[in-house]
Formats: sequence, C-alpha cells, structure tokens
Amino acid sequence: MINFSYTIWILLLPFLMFLLLGLAGHKYFPKLSGLIGTGGLAVITVLSYITAFKYFFTSEKVEGAYQKITAFNITWLQLTDKLHIDLGVLLDPISVMMLVMITTVSLMVHIYSLGYMKGEKGFERFFAFLSLFSFSMLGLVLATNIFQMYIFWELVGVSSFLLIGFYYQKPSAVRASKKAFIVTRFADLGFLIGILILSFNTRTFDFITLTDPAGAAIAQGGGIAFMGLSVMTWSMIFVFMGGVGKSAMFPFHIWLPDAMEGPTPVSALIHAATMVVAGVYLVARMFPIYAFSAPAALDVVAYVGAFSSLFAAVIACTQTDIKRVLAYSTMSQIGYMMLALGVSGYGGHAGLGYMASMFHLFTHAMFKALLFLGAGAIIHAVHTNYMTEMGGLRKYLPITHMTFLIACLTIAGIPPLSGFFSKDEILAAAFHNNKLLFAVEYAVAGLTAFYMFRLYFSIFWGKDTHYHHTPHEAPATMTIPLIVLAIGSVFTGLIPFNELVTSDGKVFETELELIVAIPSVLIGLLGIGIAFVMYRKESEIPDKLAATFKYGYKWAYNKFYMDELYLFVTNKIIFRYISEPVAWFDRHIVDGTMNAIASVTQNVSFRIRGFQSGQLQKYAFVFVTGAIMLAILFIYLWK
Amino acid sequence: MASNQIMFILFAAMIIVFSVLTVTSRKILRAAVYLLFVLVSTSGLYFMLNYQFLAAVQLTLYAGGIVVLIIFSILLTSHISQKFESSGWKKNVFSAIAAITGAILSIITILDYKFSATTEAAKEVDMRLIGKSLLSVDYDGYVLPFEVISVLLLATMVAAIVIAKKSGPAKTQSPTLNQE
Amino acid sequence: MNTGIPIQYFLILATIMFFTGVYGFLTRRNLITILMSVELILNSVNINFLAFNRYLYPNKLEGMFFSLFVIAVAAAEVAVAIAIIINIYRRFTTINVEDVNEMKF
Repeated sequence: MINFSYTIWILLLPFLMFLLLGLAGHKYFPKLSGLIGTGGLAVITVLSYITAFKYFFTSEKVEGAYQKITAFNITWLQLTDKLHIDLGVLLDPISVMMLVMITTVSLMVHIYSLGYMKGEKGFERFFAFLSLFSFSMLGLVLATNIFQMYIFWELVGVSSFLLIGFYYQKPSAVRASKKAFIVTRFADLGFLIGILILSFNTRTFDFITLTDPAGAAIAQGGGIAFMGLSVMTWSMIFVFMGGVGKSAMFPFHIWLPDAMEGPTPVSALIHAATMVVAGVYLVARMFPIYAFSAPAALDVVAYVGAFSSLFAAVIACTQTDIKRVLAYSTMSQIGYMMLALGVSGYGGHAGLGYMASMFHLFTHAMFKALLFLGAGAIIHAVHTNYMTEMGGLRKYLPITHMTFLIACLTIAGIPPLSGFFSKDEILAAAFHNNKLLFAVEYAVAGLTAFYMFRLYFSIFWGKDTHYHHTPHEAPATMTIPLIVLAIGSVFTGLIPFNELVTSDGKVFETELELIVAIPSVLIGLLGIGIAFVMYRKESEIPDKLAATFKYGYKWAYNKFYMDELYLFVTNKIIFRYISEPVAWFDRHIVDGTMNAIASVTQNVSFRIRGFQSGQLQKYAFVFVTGAIMLAILFIYLWK
Repeated sequence: MASNQIMFILFAAMIIVFSVLTVTSRKILRAAVYLLFVLVSTSGLYFMLNYQFLAAVQLTLYAGGIVVLIIFSILLTSHISQKFESSGWKKNVFSAIAAITGAILSIITILDYKFSATTEAAKEVDMRLIGKSLLSVDYDGYVLPFEVISVLLLATMVAAIVIAKKSGPAKTQSPTLNQE
Repeated sequence: MNTGIPIQYFLILATIMFFTGVYGFLTRRNLITILMSVELILNSVNINFLAFNRYLYPNKLEGMFFSLFVIAVAAAEVAVAIAIIINIYRRFTTINVEDVNEMKF
C-alpha cells in the first residue's frame, strides 16, 4: 500500500496561498503575488502528477480494478452514531484524472494571467481568488463524501462569483456575477435536497459506501415510490439538478454567457475547463447509483445533455461576441459529456460512455482552455470582443493563430487530434444505445465544426480590418501556456483512457469504430467547408442566409429568449405574486408591530418626561412627600 | 420652674425662631447670621445635656468654621444686600404642608411612645475619656470611624481644591440656560 | 440636673428644627441657603442623638461620638458643597437652583 497522505497538501497549499495573498498580498508584495501564486500552484501541479503516476502505475489493483483510496480523513461533524460528515481526500481514477487536469489548466492560466493581468488594479486580489478557486475545485474533486463535496461545491460557486465580479466597478460584471451566483445557488438547492433524501435513505454520506455496486446503499435502492419514480430516482434527479446548474445545462445555462464578463483567464479556467464540468464529475462520481438504482434519472441526464448541446450549438452559430461563442460551445461540449454518461452502462464495454465522458472532459479542458486563452490574447491585442470588428489577424498574431487553429481542429474532431478520439467514443456510445441521441449529437458535431471555423475565419481571415494601432503578439507569459495547451490538445487523445479511467476501474478493450468515426469526420469537414465558403473572404452569403431564415436566426441570435423568459417568470410571476405579498407582510405586519412598540414607547416617554425637569427641589419635594406618605402608610394604615 | 427649664425654653425658643428666620429671611447674609444663632443655641443645649466637649466642638467647628465658610461663599457669589424674590406661593404652600404634616406625624409618634426611664448611673464625660475612646481598639473604642473620618477629611480637602480650581476657560453662559 | 425636662421636649424641638430645615430645602432658591437648611437638618439630628444618649443610655458614649462624626462629616460636606457651588457659579454665573437644570430630559 502506497502512502498517499501527503495529498492533503494539494488541498492545503492553495488555501494557505489564498490566505497569504488575500491578507498580506496587497500590503507587502502586490507585484510579487502573481509569482507567488503561480509558484505555489506549480508545486501543487508537481504533487498531482506524482500522485497520478503513483496511483495509476504503482498502486495495487484488486482483481484488475483500481481501488478507491481514502488518503486522508478526519471526522468533522458527528451527527449520529452512523451518520457523520468527514473531511478528507479520496483517490480514485476520476479524481486523480481531474487532479491532473485541474492543476495543469490552472497552472497554465496562472502563467497566462501573469501577462494578461499585468498592471491591473487588484492584481494580487486576482491571484488570491484564483488560489481560493483552486482550493475549492481540488476539494470538490477529492471529496470523500457527498457533503464535503457540497461544501466545496458552494465554495467553487463563491470563488466563481468573486472572479466574475472581479471588475466590480463595471455594472455588467456585477450583474453577471450576481446572476451566476443566484442561478447556480438556486440549482444547488436541488442538490442539497437530493443529498438529504439520499442520505436519509442510505444513512451515509460516504462515496465509497454509496457507490459500491455490491453495497447496501444500491441494493436497498428503489424503495418507496413517489409519483411513479422511486425515491432514489428522485434524489438522484435532485442531485443532478445541482450539476445542471453548475454545468450550465438547459434550463440553468443562462448564467454562463454572462459570466464572460470576468477576466478571460477566469473564463478559461472556471467557465471552460474546471468548474463547469463539476456537474459532469458529480454524475460520474455517483454513477453506480445512477446506473443501478436510478436508470430513469440517467435518462434525464442523457436527454438534458443532448438537448443542451444542440440548443447551445445553434445559438453559438449566431453570436458575434467571441467569448460568448466559446461559452455556448462549452455548454454544447458539456452536453456531450452528460449525454455520454446518460447512455452509459456500468462495467466493461457497457461503460464506454462513462469512459468517453471522462475522456472528453479531459481533452475538452485542454482545447477549451486553449481557445479561451487564445481569445484572451486576441482581445488583448485588438481591444474588442466582437468578431465583426476583427479580421485578418493571422499576420499579426502568428502564435495565437496557430494554436487557435489547432484548438478549432481539435474541437471539430479532426483526426488525429485529441478531440477526435474523445468525441468519437461519445458518438460510439450513443450509437450503441440510443439512435435518436446519436442523430442529435451527429448534427451537433457538424454545427460545432461550423461555428468554430466561423469564429476562426472571421478572426484570422475575412476582411482586412484597419485597427487603431497595429495588433501585436502577446508576451511570452501568454504564448507559452498557449503552446503547452496546444501540445496537450494534440496529444492527450493518445492517453489510453480505457485502461485508466473506467466505470468499474477495470480495463476494457475499445477499437475505433469506423462506422461512427468516418461519418463524424466527414460532417466535421463539411462544417469546416461551409464556414470556409461563408467566412474565408468577405461574402454576402451569411447575411442572405440570415435573411432567409429570418425568424429562426432572430430567435437563435436572441438565445431563444431564455433570458427574457426568466425575467418574465421572476418579475411578472414570482415577484408579483409571491414576493410582493411577502414584502407587504414584512413591511406592514412584522415591521408594523415593531414600529408600533417603538412609537408607543416614544409617546409614553415623551409624555412622562416632564418629571425629569432638572429642578432639584421638585425631586426633593417628591422624595419628602413620598417618605411621609410611606411613614403614614406603615404607622397607621398597615396594621 | 427650675432654672434649667427656663434655660431650655430659652434655647428652644431661640432655635425655633432663628431656624424659621434662617429659612424665610430674604437677605442671604442675615440668613447666615440667623443660622449662626441657631448653632450657638444648639451648643447651649449640648451644655445643658452635659456634653461640654461636643458643645465646644459645635461652637468652634460650626459657628466658627462652617458659618464663616458660608459667609465667604456668599460674598463670592452674591451681593450682600441682594434680596431674593420670593419663590412662588404654590411651592411655599405645598412645601409647608409637607413639612407640617411630617412634623405633626413625628410629634404624634414621639408622644405615643413610652420611653423607658433608665436607672443606670451616668458616665462622666471628660476629655481624657473621649481621647482614650477615640484611639482605643477595645470594645468601646472608636479608632476605626476615627480613621475613616480622617481619610474622609483628607479626601474632602483634595476634592474641594480640585473642584474649585479653575480649569480651562470658564463658560460665561450655558447655551441651554435661557431656553425655558 | 436635667430633671424636669422630659426627653420628648428635646425630640419635639429636634423635629421642628428638622422640618424647618426640610421646608427651607424645598423653598429656598439660592444654593447656599439650601446648604444652610441642610445644616439645620444635621443639627437637629445631633440633638436627637445626644438626647437619646443622655436619657436612655447614660453610661455609654455612642450618641456623643456619633454626633462628633456627624459634625466632622458635615464640615467635609460643606467644604465640598461650597467648592461645587463656586464652580457652578463660574459656569452659569448664578447659583439659583432653578436655573441649574441641565440634567433634564
């Protein structure tokens, strides 16, 4: 047995750094804090790589399966004899995989931020928040029990809130941060309800106990039915609701595009690579329960994922803010992962979807972080977010151009880049389980290729735009992460996920299924081709198309009016029929009672204050007469 | 009528008359002088009760010290011939009613009560005895109250100096004074 | 030597003196005359102490010593009171008790 207890430092280091930078950074080393934060994260990254190496290659397997290892554990709250909340570190294939992914992307983003955020006001605050985020995210993936996960889940939400609202003097950023926080928080309510139902039924929070396929938690599953579904199914649907919120799935996706108000490195780290996949991770973490006790909930996962991915892909085709395009693309890709989980079974080749989902999560983190960081470099160079104001940038930004192209090819699923392998596995899993969902995803693959290359051509080719000042390539601190992530995007597809990260920890055989792979490559190429025709040079085709499908285009451009729908529901229904009566009750009944007490007191004291006249002799008179009266009372009347 | 009865009536009459004059006189310096007469008459009563030492203390401390102090402060704060405008009749009447009621009540109580006459022999109070008792720690000693009084007097001395000492620029008029 | 004068006479005299003092305390407006009224009250109490001591417990000295201490305390009180009165006079340029009413509502 290898000793993994040092892994607690992976959690503690970023927290200590957060404290150090947050408390002392501003005063003592505002310039150095970026280097300190990055250095600290580099240490954590190294620790994570060591952990991954030791876990995957030197730890013992039992019956060919990777074991779940509790590397560190303390009991935090003892609720009853059996039910207790622990804090600890759990190592299993997905958490170790996430560990590597998070620290890699986070380190790249840290390095990138050194250049991107240079000279910004609140430089040290930014790195303090990044450290807090790293701490929360690592805590989330390493959680040993669902309650610890929930705690870090909320912490992640808080740090996301802080980072989106980093430019707190910008009203839109403040609005976006509030929106993100409230929407995800609302979804987390479902998560909490799910946790409570689940723990009430299974009497445990612990992941290992919960997800043991032979364990009591799954065996007693099913149980009482409510509205046609078992209680377990309901609880898992509620838990999934938290994942929907965090992963920006339909219908809780509305916060993600707005979250792009944050600094671009934040978008790359939180809203592309790590935090938004927390929902996927959550489902993957609870996967045995979904698979054995709540297949209906798993269907919900699949359909929500599929719908979100299609929905987002359509919107992405019409947006012009490059970060928003990437945001919808993220949503679409996460939909893929959800779908893959939803169609997966447990164990062996049936668990292909599970593996594919994790695989795609990993590769997606690489290329989506790359895309965002590239977008950051572009925005850094031309000072605008809108692709309509860009064009012909390939001459000015060669490195960014190359890495961006690699990322686009990757996401479009062109072999032999990593996106091809992971997406192909997902499509294969869908193909074997649900032809309808396969068709949807197949279409989305084409759309993805189209909108990514629309983005690519609009930015780097297209019309030659004249800029106020010549755009110049970003500094080395920004280009090096781009290059590293580009290398990652190219080669991570070669990692044998089927041997490392599988639903039951055992190795299974996969082969490239040409019946799926060839059409998916073809539709990717088709999407690229259409984009090439439409956006390679300035042409009128896009406008004509938009005019032809006027209403469809308008709907998609306005994101299918989801924001308006939310506003309508909250303003017109919730505020008017629930909040207003409650506010009235609070203002008139609750406050009224208090005000009445206060005003009665005030009136009475106003009336009797004349006794406090300040006239010494009046006091003396009252005293003397009082004494005399008491004497009379006690001598003559009180016999 | 024995001589001591005559003396008592004389002193009592003086005390009552001058007390009333003290609290009713409209000239403050006169009031102080009436007070002096009251105090002197009181010391006469002490002589009658055979407490010569206390009578002497009364004369020196009260008549000689306190009244002089009062007269000084009158001179510092008022014009000698200043007449008080009489306070409102309502106040006077009610205060008189209260005082008379209290007096009658007390007197009735005093007359009701049967004081048991004692047969014990009177102790001769001479200076030697007083001095010994004041500094004695025995059963009949008063060293503790004596010390406490000493400390009190010291504290008073310090306090009087501190309070009366001019501190900072004196306010000529309080802002709230004329609001009534 | 006190034959012929019952103790009640002393007590009644002290009572009258006491309530005269109270009356003065309640009606006079000048702080110094109020102080004088207080002196009257203290004196009447002394008379009481001595009368009780002489008539009821002639072999003890409690009453006398108590009177002695009352006189000492009265002296101290007058000293502090006059210091305060002078301070008040400096601040308000008056020692009329009705004008010194800052400590009201």
